[in-house]
Formats: sequence, structure tokens, C-alpha cells
Amino acid sequence: MRIGVVTFPGSLDDGDARRAVRLAGAEDIGLWHNDPELHQVDAVVLPGGFSYGDSLRAGAIARFAPVMESIVDAAKGGMPVLGICNGFQVLCEAHLLPGALTRNTHLHFRNRDQALRVQSTSTSWTKNFTEDQEIIIPVKNGEGRYVADEAVLDELEATGRVVARYAGGNPNGSSRDIAAIRNEAGNVVGIMPHPEHAVDALTGPSTDGLAFFASVLAHLAGRVGVEA
Amino acid sequence: MTTTEDQTVPAQHAPQAVAPQGEPDSAAPEHAAPEQAPDEVLDNEVIDDPEDESDEAELESADVHAEEDFGAHEGQGSEAERLDEPGTPDTVARAARRPDDRQPYRALGLQDDEYEKIRNILGRRPTQAELAMYSIMWSEHCSYKSSKVHLRQFSEKAAPSDRMLAGIGENAGVVKISDDLAVTFKIESHNHPSFVEPYQGAATGVGGIVRDILAMGARPIAVMDPLRFGAPDHPDTARVLPGIVAGVGGYGNCLGLPNIGGELVFDPCYQGNPLLNALCVGVLSVHGLQNKAATGPGNSVILMGAKTGRDGIGGVSVLASATFGSGAQSQRPSVQVGDPFAEKLLIEACLEIYRADLVVGIQDLGGAGLTCALTETAAAGGTGMSVNLDTVPLREPSMQAHEILASESQERMLLIVEPGKVHTVLAVAERWGVPATMIGEVTDTGRLVIDWHGETVVDVPPASLCDDGPVYARPMREPSDLPLMHADRAETLPRPSTGDELRETVLRLAASPNLCDKSWVTEQYDRYVLGNTVLAQPEDAGVLRIDEESGLGVALSVDGNGRYSRLDPYAGAQLALAEAYRNVAATGATPLAVTNCLNFGSPEDPQVMWQFAEAVRGLADGCLELGIPVTGGNVSFYNQTGAVAINPTPVVGVLGVLDNVAERVPMGLRNNGDVLILLGDTRTELSGGEWAWVVHQHLGGRPPKVDLAREKLLGTVIAAAAERGLLSAVHDLSDGGLAQTLVEASLRHGVGATVALPEGIDPAVALFSESTGRALAVVPAGHDKAFTALAEEHGLPWTPLGVVGGSAVAVRDQFDIPLDELRTAWTGTLPALFGAPEPAAG
Repeated sequence: MRIGVVTFPGSLDDGDARRAVRLAGAEDIGLWHNDPELHQVDAVVLPGGFSYGDSLRAGAIARFAPVMESIVDAAKGGMPVLGICNGFQVLCEAHLLPGALTRNTHLHFRNRDQALRVQSTSTSWTKNFTEDQEIIIPVKNGEGRYVADEAVLDELEATGRVVARYAGGNPNGSSRDIAAIRNEAGNVVGIMPHPEHAVDALTGPSTDGLAFFASVLAHLAGRVGVEA
Repeated sequence: MTTTEDQTVPAQHAPQAVAPQGEPDSAAPEHAAPEQAPDEVLDNEVIDDPEDESDEAELESADVHAEEDFGAHEGQGSEAERLDEPGTPDTVARAARRPDDRQPYRALGLQDDEYEKIRNILGRRPTQAELAMYSIMWSEHCSYKSSKVHLRQFSEKAAPSDRMLAGIGENAGVVKISDDLAVTFKIESHNHPSFVEPYQGAATGVGGIVRDILAMGARPIAVMDPLRFGAPDHPDTARVLPGIVAGVGGYGNCLGLPNIGGELVFDPCYQGNPLLNALCVGVLSVHGLQNKAATGPGNSVILMGAKTGRDGIGGVSVLASATFGSGAQSQRPSVQVGDPFAEKLLIEACLEIYRADLVVGIQDLGGAGLTCALTETAAAGGTGMSVNLDTVPLREPSMQAHEILASESQERMLLIVEPGKVHTVLAVAERWGVPATMIGEVTDTGRLVIDWHGETVVDVPPASLCDDGPVYARPMREPSDLPLMHADRAETLPRPSTGDELRETVLRLAASPNLCDKSWVTEQYDRYVLGNTVLAQPEDAGVLRIDEESGLGVALSVDGNGRYSRLDPYAGAQLALAEAYRNVAATGATPLAVTNCLNFGSPEDPQVMWQFAEAVRGLADGCLELGIPVTGGNVSFYNQTGAVAINPTPVVGVLGVLDNVAERVPMGLRNNGDVLILLGDTRTELSGGEWAWVVHQHLGGRPPKVDLAREKLLGTVIAAAAERGLLSAVHDLSDGGLAQTLVEASLRHGVGATVALPEGIDPAVALFSESTGRALAVVPAGHDKAFTALAEEHGLPWTPLGVVGGSAVAVRDQFDIPLDELRTAWTGTLPALFGAPEPAAG
């Protein structure tokens, strides 16, 4: 299985995402921002960081990168795409997901080990979780407050597209404690906290993040519950 | 920022003992006050506008001490106007033609004899640009003219080490940690800019030290930030602290460097002079070491990175002035402005260039900008250089030659490249979107020749700027108030005795600003990026995995105690070293090397100079005794407001190596039933400690006894025990004593402990004494016999203390404190002082 990880100028967690992909048992493929070629990857991760220095708005410029045009097309064709932190911001800017990520209510960058409650296991990236499973993965952002108008929020809730909510305290003021959402098809997921930082007990607060990557492998293998 | 800031101690420098005794340079506090990075002394206003009232006044006052004046003042105005006429640069030819033009050298911080020396070196008066360059390079900040005679002890007393690949004098020391891998690390200060413009001052402080590490050929992998502020409840602290913390985070986070530790210390002595010290550590292949020598005549000189602007110019001629407070606002434009995104791209471009072996030499641009980079690379190569300033990409086309040479615009590197490789270098820069321009060529003339607008404005022997600067043996005198302070011992202060008093005191200390939970600050830093952070604050030391296969890694800690140093700078420096060493050893790592940042008041004050000399002597002696060399560091003078200097604050960083980071020892209690054992001796040592300060606002007496042999023994035992799996945790004892150690270890994972204080010792002393060479060992049940046997075998005293478990810190026959109550006290302080965000839960 080949999973691509995009490097934009200013991407910071691309190395971590590639490590997570390897630990999950897949082949990690580096994708370059101004090369539209996807190198036959089966899925794509948009990593955290400050693509293009967050100029204009976080994710606003990355959205126009040549590689994104290919990814948007592939995503519409059903290819699994996971946007983490800045990647989530890029997915919103690219209109693959609704809403936007804005400045944390307290106006500070915040990094903490965050409890999440998984709300949707019917996505390519969360199949290996159980409904309402509580997990701990790091959150670290300055602009992680998910916002959308009430109608959109209601629709997300009604259609089960809230993938994860913050538990034990909302770190950034996100609407309805939303930490992660999905598109209708469930192949595109945006998450603000960092699963790739919770894949190794030595360096992370848990290994809960590994299941996101194991899930997509299971999805791609056409079966559920494959252990990473 | 630049090698000139290193504790370079070239052997050829005999102290010239040009002690300005009885001849205080009254302009010095205003202009020579070379301190933080930007070019202290290039006050371009003086050059551009010699008639400026204030500068004129300073020239006058400087003249008071000068016997013969340089010509009458009349004539200066008109000459200055000619000097300043647009389109008529002060060229070398003109300097030869008009040897007697008056120059504002005093206003630039140069002494009469220094100016004469420049004229002798050049055989003529310097041009405007040359004068600017000499005044920067011979400033305290760049030339270390006051500290050199002391700093050479770091080389002379250095313990022999076969691990050192590069040491004092390089951008940063490089230490071999395996057959193929090396790490490089260094601390630097950015104190004055961070006071004037907290966010940008702190951000560019981080950016500067990161480029130092990059210039060695290493990939930067982490940062740490020792911070010091005035009174926590002072309104100006509320201005400075949030900005500095946001700046450290804003730059480091955007660079993708985990922040793995640091210090947050409050003391009124830092009110007008907060300290922003920043450490960066990087990793490189033992074969990947880069150097700064511009060798090979014919090689190209390439400037890569951000465009050159006016930021930082004249900056610290203002910023380093000893007297703050008046119009700090107006000084803001003098602080450089950082762009971490540009630096991130610069890092990736440089690393790709290193991998392809495309550079002969490389140097970062920081303090003294191009002036420093050009002269140092040429001097190091023993070559010459010809540079055309018209090719330097400018943000402001109107910049004068001396401005371009002195600009401290951030995110720039100078590369020396063979002609055949220039094309590839430019291509790599292009790929990362980093501007790169050829600005000159290495020559064999031994002269640095700089052209601007078609004329030669600089023609100097480069080494004369880097190596021939003045060296002072400044007068020194023990502070007159020390004997009185020593007599006023904290050991005689009233102590808590009842269980309730002790309980109240433990809570009060836990909630005190210097001992409370720091997550209000550390949550603003990314500690996860790069995925190799094994331990980070609040652990005793930061631990990084370097090699994923073998588990090889490093441990780092930075520590300092200005109160100890105020009472005894020799001991204070050694106590800082001892604590950093202890913190690294507590993780099971083997300490290898030392870096330091020496923050002091004005070297022109003999009492400050004595403190500095004592601290350096103490640190050098201590490193020799511990057998770990000083690999480099930074001196920050003029941290004083008016006549009041900060407490002498040597900050010491110790780096250790772990063969397998999976075996690192954490600091928190976790498993019920683990046995608590106190290692080391507890003496009645309360002077200079947190208890005396928090409860009695007292500073006096003598700091705790230094016992480096004991620190070494403690480290040996911890490492041996860790190796045999006899430890589930270790937490060092330092500020706040055993009480604070128990508080931190219990709250780390929310697991309590029950302890019994040792017999025959005042409970208050047992809980709050800051005796050194101690640690709390947490031993899995059943291993305690083996552990204590190991301690005895090494002759390390130990005391059984208690067991892990429960939801309270319980001290038998004295008091219980439920963890919830303890946590509320410990975590509430900083949010109450500085507002949202609230501290982390759990």
C-alpha cells in the first residue's frame, strides 16, 4: 500500500506523518507541492505545519498548489485523504470540507495531550475505532477553532459527519467541541489534533493515533479491523 | 548569531591592559554598551546627521575626558554636510585625499587610542563604511574586549575530550556521540531587544541561535528557553512576559523545532532587564562538519536568504544603552523583525546544499550582519575578498554602503562556493524559493575590498577587524555589600514547626511564581514536532532520540540561579553547572559537554567585573573537575538599568548522551508500592533559597555547599541503577528542596506518596533545604535492597523516605495534602497573573 504525504514549503509534520505511515505498515511516498504527479498513491495525508508561512490565511495558498488540483480530483474519485491540523485547514480552503479553522478563542498557541471522543467510525480513516471510543492524542495549534454557520453544523451532526469531539476540555473554542469532520463519502477527513504524534509510546502520550493509519490500510484492503 | 559573539580566545591575544581607569568613556553607556545582537555601535544617525543635537552633546561630553580635541567644532558642520551629500560616498580615495576629516568615532563607541590604531592599520583615516565596520567589530559585543582575558580559562582549563570535533571559537561546539553522529549546541542571549519589543526580540533571538547551529552543518532539532523576568505582579512584567513567550513559540513552532525545556524565573532585579536566553541543538554526520573559511581564491561569495533592509541598524547602539525606560517605544524600529517561514526554507536549502557537498565555507549573518560574515570568512580563510555591494538585494534601494554592511536583517547566510558549483547552489535555492545572489569573489590579496556605486568604499585587512580588536583587563572589586549579605543568614530566620505551618508552607511554595506549574508558558510551545521528543518539560531534562534504529539520544538541561550567584558568583556558577549536570544525570544520561550564557551588568563597574571574573573562574574550575569541557557560549553585559545591575546570572547548559533513550528515567511517580529513597546528604542550607525568598523576601548568607564529586557520584549511581532496571523514576532536588520535589513528582501523573522525614533533623530543613547533590529515587518494590546495596557500594549516602501511592502527599506525623488541593495551588498562579489560557487539566 502506498500512502503519499505532501510537503508544502513550511510543512513541519510531514516527517512524522511518513513515520506513522511506515509504522502502520504502508509505504510512505513523498509528494511535492508544485508537482501534480501523485505517483500512484492509494491515499494521501496533508500534514501539519505552516504551509507558505500561513500567508493570507492558514491553508489559503496551499489550496492552489499544483499537487492539490490532483488531490482534489482524486478525493472526488473516492481516494482517502486525511488532513491534519494545517492539512485540515487546507481541506477547508479547498472546499473538500465545510467550515473553517480560526484563531483559538484564548488567542494563544496551545499544545497539550488532548482527550477525544470518536463519533464516526464509518470513514476510511476511523474504521478501526469503536463508536464513542475515547482516545488521547496531542493537539497543537494557534488557529484550530472550528467554525461554520449553524445550518452547516446542524447538518454535520444530523449526517453523522462529526468524526471526533474534544473531551475533558475544549482547547481552542471549537464550535460544538468539534475536533474532526468528514465529507459525505467518508473518504476525506480533517482533524485538528495530531494522530501522527501518538504512534509510539516512547515519544507520544499514547499509540491511539496509529489506528487512523491502520484504518485506511484496512479500508484499502477492503476489510475491517486489520491490526497495524 | 555570529562567531564574534563566541567566547573566542585566540592565543595570540595578550591582554593590553588598557584599563580605562580614571578615564570613564562617558559616551560608552550610550554607545559602546555593546550587548545584544544588533550592531550596538553603528549609530548611523551620527554619521548621517552629525549636527544632531543629542549626538553632538555626547561628543562634547566625551571630549571632557579627552585632552586634545580633534580640531575645533567649527567646520564640523560644513564638513559633515559634505560627508553627507547624496551621491558623494566617502571612498578610500577620498579618505586618502582628506586625511584630517573629523569622524564621530567616539559617538560610535571607539576610544581615542582605538581610533588611532585603526588609522595605523590602514595608514590613513578610515572611510565612513570602514569606521562603521571597525566600531561594530571592536565593540564589546563582537570583540569580547572586556571578557576575553577571563574566558580563555575555558580553553586553558578544558578537560581533555576526544569527542570534541569543534569547540570555542566556532559558531557552536560540536560533540561526537557515536562513530557517525555528532551534536552541536549553544545558548545565546537577546535580552535588550526582548525588553524593547518582546515578541520580535524573542523571535529573532531564537532565529539567531538556530542559524548558528545550521552554520555548523547540522539540522537544528530542538530549542530551549531560559527566561527571567521582574516581579511577577509588576505591570511591565505583564507587558514583557506574554510577548516574549509568544515570540519564542511563534518562531520555534513555525520552524518546526520542539521546545524541550527551559527556565522561568522571576526576581525584581530583572524588572528593567528581562533575560531572553535561547539554546538550540542540532545533529550532523561526523563527516558533515561545515566551516566558515573563505578558502580558494576565485571561489564565489553568495548571499542567500532574505533581502537586506534597514532593520537592526543602529539598533543596539540604542538597545544596549545602559539606561532604559526613556522612550522604549521609539526604539522598537531598531529591533530586527523575524520571518520564521523564510528561515525554515533557508534551513532546508542549506541542508540540501550540504548533502550535495556544494559549499567550501558557510557563515550565518546575525550580529554585525555582512560586516562580520565577510571579515570572518576571509580572515578564517587567510584570503582576501572583493565584494560589490550593488549586487546585494535590498528592501530599500536608498540604503547607504555602511547601512548595507551593518544591517542585521534576519534569515541570511553567506556561502563560499567553487565557480563550477554556483549554478547548482542557485538551483537548490530556487527550488526552495530562497533568494541567492553572487556578491563577490575570494581573492589572494589578503584585503577585503568592497565597491559601492562604482567606487571602492572599503579596503581593509579582514583579520584586523576580527582578531586585532582591543582587549581590556577591566578593574575589579568585590561588591562592598557582600560581607554584610554573608552575615545575614537565612538559617537564622524563623521556620515553620507545626504540621499545619509546614503544610501551609509547602502549599505556599508550590504556588510561588518560581516553583509553580509552568504550563501556561510551555503549552504555547510545540514539543512534539519531529517526533523524537522522549522527555520534555516539566521533566528534569529534555531527551531527544537521535537515531531511530539504535535508540541513541541526548539529554539537555539549562539552569542558573542569580540569587546564589549574587551571594557568591564563583559558587553560583558551579551551582548552576551542578544542577544542569544533575538534571541530565537524573535521566540516566552521561553528561558530555557544557555551553553557557553569562548575563551580567556593566563591565565598566568594577564590582560587576569582579562578579563576572569569579563566575567564569568557578565555571571553568567546575567543568575541569567534572571532566566535561565548555564548548562555547555567549556573554551578555550591560544588563542594568542606571546604576543597578541584575544579579549575576550565569546560565549553564549541559548535554549528555543516552545509548538507548528507551531506558531514560522519567521524573514522575506512577506505580503504587514503589519505594522512595532520598540520595545524598541534607544540611541546614536555606540561604539564597526559595523558602527564604517566598516566606521572608530574604536574600543573604552563603549559597548551598558545592560538591561536584558528589554530583558525579550521584550520576554514576543513577546511570548504573537505570542500566540494571532498578529505577522507575528519579527527580532531582533543587529549588524548594524535598518538598517541591515531592510535589512535582506526585502531580506529574497524579499519584501520591507517603513519606516519613529523616530522624534527628528539623522537619523544615528536611523539607526546604536546598543542599546539592541530592535526588529522589523511585525504586520498584522488591528492588530496593539491590538499589541501596548499589548506592553503598559506591559510597553514596541514602535515606529511606516512604512509598508511592494514594491521592495525597502525606508526611507522617506532620500533614497530608490531597493532590487536588496541591494541584489547585500549583497550577493557579500563572493563569491568575497572566490570564487565559487556563492551565492544562490533568
